[in-house]
Amino acid sequence: MTTPHPAPPRPATRAVLADTIELRNVSRWYGNVVAVNDITMTIGPGVTGLLGPNGAGKSTILHMIAGFLAPSRGELTVAGRPSWRNPRVYEGLGLVPERDSVYAFLTGEQFVQSTARLHRLPDPDAAARRAIDVTEMADAAGRKISTYSKGMRQRIKVAAALVHDPRILLLDEPFNGMDPRQRLHMMDLLAKLGAEGRAILFSSHILEEVERVASTIQVMVAGRLAASGDFREIRRLMTSRPHVFSLRTSDDRRLAAALMGRPDVAAVELTGKGLSVRTTDYGAFTRQIAVLARAEGIRLRELQPTDESLESVFGYLIGASSNAS
Amino acid sequence: MPLNPTVAVVTLRATLGRRRALLFAIAPVILIVLTLVLRAGRPPGTLWPERVLGDFGFSVLLPLTALVIGTSVLGAEIDDGSIIHLLATPVRRRDVIATKFVVASVLTMLFTAVPELIAGLIAPSGAKLAFALFAGALVGSVIYSAVFVMVSTVTARAIAVGLLYVLIWEALLANFVGGARILSVGHYALGVANAIAPDQALNAGLSLATSLVMAIVVAAGALVLATRRLTSFAITGDSA
Repeated sequence: MTTPHPAPPRPATRAVLADTIELRNVSRWYGNVVAVNDITMTIGPGVTGLLGPNGAGKSTILHMIAGFLAPSRGELTVAGRPSWRNPRVYEGLGLVPERDSVYAFLTGEQFVQSTARLHRLPDPDAAARRAIDVTEMADAAGRKISTYSKGMRQRIKVAAALVHDPRILLLDEPFNGMDPRQRLHMMDLLAKLGAEGRAILFSSHILEEVERVASTIQVMVAGRLAASGDFREIRRLMTSRPHVFSLRTSDDRRLAAALMGRPDVAAVELTGKGLSVRTTDYGAFTRQIAVLARAEGIRLRELQPTDESLESVFGYLIGASSNAS
Repeated sequence: MPLNPTVAVVTLRATLGRRRALLFAIAPVILIVLTLVLRAGRPPGTLWPERVLGDFGFSVLLPLTALVIGTSVLGAEIDDGSIIHLLATPVRRRDVIATKFVVASVLTMLFTAVPELIAGLIAPSGAKLAFALFAGALVGSVIYSAVFVMVSTVTARAIAVGLLYVLIWEALLANFVGGARILSVGHYALGVANAIAPDQALNAGLSLATSLVMAIVVAAGALVLATRRLTSFAITGDSA
């Protein structure tokens, strides 16, 4: 699972290649700034989440896969073909870009039909109807896109990306700006498309979104692939990492001595403003700290986790991945 | 030339939408109104038709209208990112450029060559000069469209770059520095007009042959460069 990223085996047949994205030692830099650093990954059928904080390199990866950026180094293929300067790769690929700019003067139906015609489909109107049905946009398809909500725009973009029935679908931050209901709808749609055997790759910086819909994840941090594989394994790694809490109490020194006797506490530091406690078991510590304080006759004034940001979670994963390799 | 009808329809609707056609019509209306006013107020026999239709028409109306239209057909889509929806399909990039170029050329002809013809027929200089200016404006529309579509693929500030080019190169240097005319689209157009209705007042600096050869070279070069640029289109301003 996680950690080192051994070179994945090369798919053997065209049938397998049709729904496979492969990156081999791909890097992308802008001048002296490295945006993506030596990434090797294979994306196959099913839903894959590309997870990472803002600035991690997710969009750069998606843009390279979509053929809108050239890798500075490495090899990148979509369905067995390089995507850079190769529009024909879109015969089997659909893209839902993050930017909300669509042809707002067209109706949803006209937009999807236009896309079908650009793909030279034999029956563009039927293909458009099918894609609109899949995204449940039939009721609004006759309205101009300029009147759509953010969620509806996102869905009509998905309909356009699906109109030629691609085996691979890329979505850049598809849940951004959506309300909870729209978000659930999009998650269901992606899960359904993945269950049909398509390769669905979407980027997100929100752990819960990825958890809900992706069976496989690729975690990006600072341009590097920090972890990749089965989501549950990575989730377990994330929850078993050390957590740091800051505490303010009526007697910091006495509580520090008591905490040191607990097996789930790795380190305690008197900071001057209170205590800093590092625990290896988030659940046990948060359940037991109040009990312990009461038993010692100490009043807890403040208890808060200090490293719950995504960056710290991802930073930990990077450390775990380097240690394991 | 490989054209894509879907690209053409979407481009036309995007370019002419939101009453933009009214914006394109401002300069042609000024030309025609000016011609009507001058015809009513001036005696026949002076050189004002050549000055108004040749100088104003070819140095201001033609390049500025071509600039606005030429940068709208592609540059606006690149600016707002909607070009992604077009490029995320298997359509060949040269088909996209060819279609955008043809749409820009036809619209520019409509808003420059046709008003030139109407104004020329109103002016007392005769139908021959009117048709000569019409033909020159048709050629100018094609070349300027190729140039401004290309500029849209090269810089995000296509309007500003195009405006500097029109004001400094076409309106100033090409008219006052003889050698600059060989690279002036306005003078290719004047060269064609002058060949049909020779008139010293048009100040045409190039022969018909030179004008046509250079027009073809410039247009072809601009379209090849535009296709190359679009083929290598990269998403910029990436937050990574």
